[in-house]
Amino acid sequence: MNAPLPKRKLKVATTSLAGCFGCHMSFLDIDERILDLVELVEFDRSPITDIKHCSPDCDIGIIEGGVCNAENVHVLHEFRKNCKILIAMGACAINGGLPAQRNSLDIRDILAAVYAQPGRGVHIPNDPEIPLLLNEVHPLHEVVRIDYFLPGCPPSGDAIWKFLTDLLAGRTPTLGHGLIHYD
Amino acid sequence: MSDPKTFFLDEEEIPFEEGQTIIQAALSAGKFIPHLCYHPEFKPHGSCKLCTVRIDSRTVTTEDGQSVKIPGRAAASCTTPAQEGQHVESEVPEILDLRRTLVQMLLVEGNHYCPSCEKSGKCMLQGLAYDLGVMDPHFPQYFSKREVDASHPDILLDFNRCILCELCVRASAEVDKKNVFALSGRGNTKHLICNSESGKLGDTNMAATDKAADVCPVGVILHKRHGFEVPYGQRRFDIAPISDNPVQYAPVKEQV
Repeated sequence: MNAPLPKRKLKVATTSLAGCFGCHMSFLDIDERILDLVELVEFDRSPITDIKHCSPDCDIGIIEGGVCNAENVHVLHEFRKNCKILIAMGACAINGGLPAQRNSLDIRDILAAVYAQPGRGVHIPNDPEIPLLLNEVHPLHEVVRIDYFLPGCPPSGDAIWKFLTDLLAGRTPTLGHGLIHYD
Repeated sequence: MSDPKTFFLDEEEIPFEEGQTIIQAALSAGKFIPHLCYHPEFKPHGSCKLCTVRIDSRTVTTEDGQSVKIPGRAAASCTTPAQEGQHVESEVPEILDLRRTLVQMLLVEGNHYCPSCEKSGKCMLQGLAYDLGVMDPHFPQYFSKREVDASHPDILLDFNRCILCELCVRASAEVDKKNVFALSGRGNTKHLICNSESGKLGDTNMAATDKAADVCPVGVILHKRHGFEVPYGQRRFDIAPISDNPVQYAPVKEQV
């Protein structure tokens, strides 16, 4: 009799672009359920592991935050290239969120107001190491194809748990009343 | 006395009185039909189309014996009178998909950032989106550039969230008799304006006790100094989904 094939752990990569890491903090709110989760998944590129780049065979990519600068665009493309399923997690990833509220203002005016006012410094930082800001903050699905969206600011630990367990069980993730939140 | 007249909403018999619209009869019977521009105290407007239903679909048998459903006409249930024996479909996949798309279009057209909105938790647009399971905006964000008007001592206007339902226009004209609000422009330049020479709310005769100050289904017309009074977890749609309270459908009166 053939022994059942050992179940391969799914590779999960996570990152925060123009986000506040609040969604990642909320992810840790799944508390001890993370022990059940690591039975099913292993973490690849993520702030949890400090791995710097995605393996080419990631199964799930979870991205917090929208796209506000050139580096965000590169990271997002790296995730799309290496992850079979990409999830936009949280309000900022889905509609730009709080950072996108600068979209109605001119980027030069904002930088001048923050960095080049009397008492606040003399010039707008222009070190080549600093990623160039985009004129507008954009949600992820305007840059690459996104497979699933998990709303919330942040989504609660319970919502993240329900979403991931649905997905890992092969179901279309649904949240329902109490778990679906935009704030 | 004759039996009360009835129609069928998703195969359930609903009584109605002559002259009632489909949504009026449904809400009176405790059945929720999603809506934004409809308000029980005002004349129907028929503009948001969230309350669209399908009326009198038929199933016919073709010559080779197959049953084919011929969809009935789609109509706004807030402007369509209920009729005896009518078959109305509301909670069916096709109509729910249509409503979901309408909500997504409204969400990308304005600047709806729920985390920083005072109305979050009791906003009808948000409540409907939760109920319809809207997980994504689907469309590209429009990022429209709109103003905030804080000129009034008691009321704040945030035009970023306006869905052009005209409830404030109707309340101010019909109840308050003040004509403070109007819509101006056409197509995607259409926007809400205030009726004063400066265009500012502070220069109108609007008062915080006006009906128009409490009818906004979203977060445009807000009472100053009353934002975020109810904590997260205890707000209207934290406690129950919008469809659970069909009788309390009207936007909640603010405690001022």
